[in-house]
Amino acid sequence: MFITLSDVFQFMGRFFKEAFMPPYEGRELLKQCYDIGYKSLALISLTGFITGIVFTKQSRPSLAEFGATSWLPSLVGIALLRTLAPLLTSLIAAGKVGSSIGAELGSMRVTEQIDAMEVSATNPFKFLVSTRVMACTITIPILTFYTALVGMLGALLNVAMSEGTSARLFFQASLESITFLDITASTIKAVLFGFTIGVVGCYQGYYSSKGTEGVGKAANSSVVIGMFLIFIEEVVSVQFFGLFRT
Amino acid sequence: MVSKTTDIDREKVIEIKGLHKSFGDYQVLRGVDLDLYKRENLVVLGKSGTGKSVLIKIIVGLLTPDAGEVKVLGRIVDQISYRELLELRLKVGFSFQNSALYDSMTVRENLEFPLVRNQRRLTRGEVNSAVEEMLDAVGLLQTINQMPSELSGGQRKRIGIARTLILRPEIMLYDEPTAGLDPITCLEINSLINEVQERFHTSSIIITHDLTCAKAVGDRVAMLLDGRFERQGTFEEVFATDDQRVKPFYDYNFIQ
Ligand SMILES: Nc1ncnc2c1ncn2[C@@H]1O[C@H](COP(=O)(O)OP(=O)(O)OP(=O)(O)O)[C@@H](O)[C@H]1O
Ligand SMILES: [Mg+2]
Repeated sequence: MFITLSDVFQFMGRFFKEAFMPPYEGRELLKQCYDIGYKSLALISLTGFITGIVFTKQSRPSLAEFGATSWLPSLVGIALLRTLAPLLTSLIAAGKVGSSIGAELGSMRVTEQIDAMEVSATNPFKFLVSTRVMACTITIPILTFYTALVGMLGALLNVAMSEGTSARLFFQASLESITFLDITASTIKAVLFGFTIGVVGCYQGYYSSKGTEGVGKAANSSVVIGMFLIFIEEVVSVQFFGLFRT
Repeated sequence: MVSKTTDIDREKVIEIKGLHKSFGDYQVLRGVDLDLYKRENLVVLGKSGTGKSVLIKIIVGLLTPDAGEVKVLGRIVDQISYRELLELRLKVGFSFQNSALYDSMTVRENLEFPLVRNQRRLTRGEVNSAVEEMLDAVGLLQTINQMPSELSGGQRKRIGIARTLILRPEIMLYDEPTAGLDPITCLEINSLINEVQERFHTSSIIITHDLTCAKAVGDRVAMLLDGRFERQGTFEEVFATDDQRVKPFYDYNFIQ
């Protein structure tokens, strides 16, 4: 299941070389972005909203001990933006998007559709891989901020029902505590996660072994490896961005 | 049938010398020598698993040879850059054994795909008329908006051939165009292959197990035996032998 690191770096190198060289596959890129958003939107909305409610509800007792329930909006805002939203979004996308990229490219490999592109003088790497990796890298950050927003709405619902806080007050309090560094760090993380999902899914699919079994394996390992790498990246980036927070 | 061999231009479009290819321990091709002349239809025969598909995949650079030289239209395939290879592939059509249609695209989009990607200046109208003309040529204009999964095996084969022809290649490589089809569809495909040769002046390699097809379309026949082309010539020459590796082919097709 584990692949040699040098192969992956070669794969990424090829991506950077080909993605930014004309002719560009703009239409395919847009289609992929739309597909990724469309595929994960429902699940992400639901998860984000419920997480917002549950996280707020669970955090209340601890804050209440110090009589600090008024801190709830900022606590939830920071938690969502810094960690929950990027992680939830990427894990869901690794499951939905990563597996479907792995399966799609895998079955195109197995049924020789990728070879067919080669022989019709199209560069399949550029058309299939570059567009999908870019689409993931662009779309996952957007979805991440969307998840954060939906999560805040969930939190607002909970806070409004328990403490009767108004929406204006709630957003004022939570946005005040969010810094520019938080936004930058989240964006960078989400870009990294998106890129990871794209590269892993495409790599597994593009080089999937022959046979129907190969397709299943490609889909499966896209998810497993993708999630694994996302967790590692999360841990590393928490350490890294911690250096900037004093 | 009038021998078509006589008026063939003797210019070579493909020259293969001493080609070797192994997968692991299994030596598939062991010193293949083969020439394809301009405007001829060359039929390649051989038992299943002898490396016929491997051979034509090497010709278009999908696989790389272990040893030997493959020259296509004067270029040595494994020594040119990727960009040059793509340019060469514009001139070499490849129809896959399993058709390899893009199953997420309609028939129209399948045919458009190579065209819009390689001739970016074409207008929408020009693309549409090229697609329709080519579909008409293979007799499947009515399937234009269908998905590949809705087509029969024979229809898929013909769409695959149409998708290849739309770039007007100089060389056509057909991998088992009639395998698994009924006799009537086979005859249709045979006449399609002959029509392609006449209309587009292509030179072709046709891989097949079907001797009726071989006889109908082949100017010349080459038989792949134990990794080499031991027998080449006209249909009659190749089968004028008692070689037990060759005779069963003929007997099966014409005696039983
Ligand atoms: N990519 C590959 N990796 C490993 N082995 C391969 C590969 N492609 C082909 N082979 C092996 O090479 C041999 C020849 O395969 P090939 O597909 O050329 O046969 P063929 O002559 O076209 O047979 P058929 O008439 O059944 O299509 C087979 O034994 C096959 O297992
Ligand atoms: Mg074959």
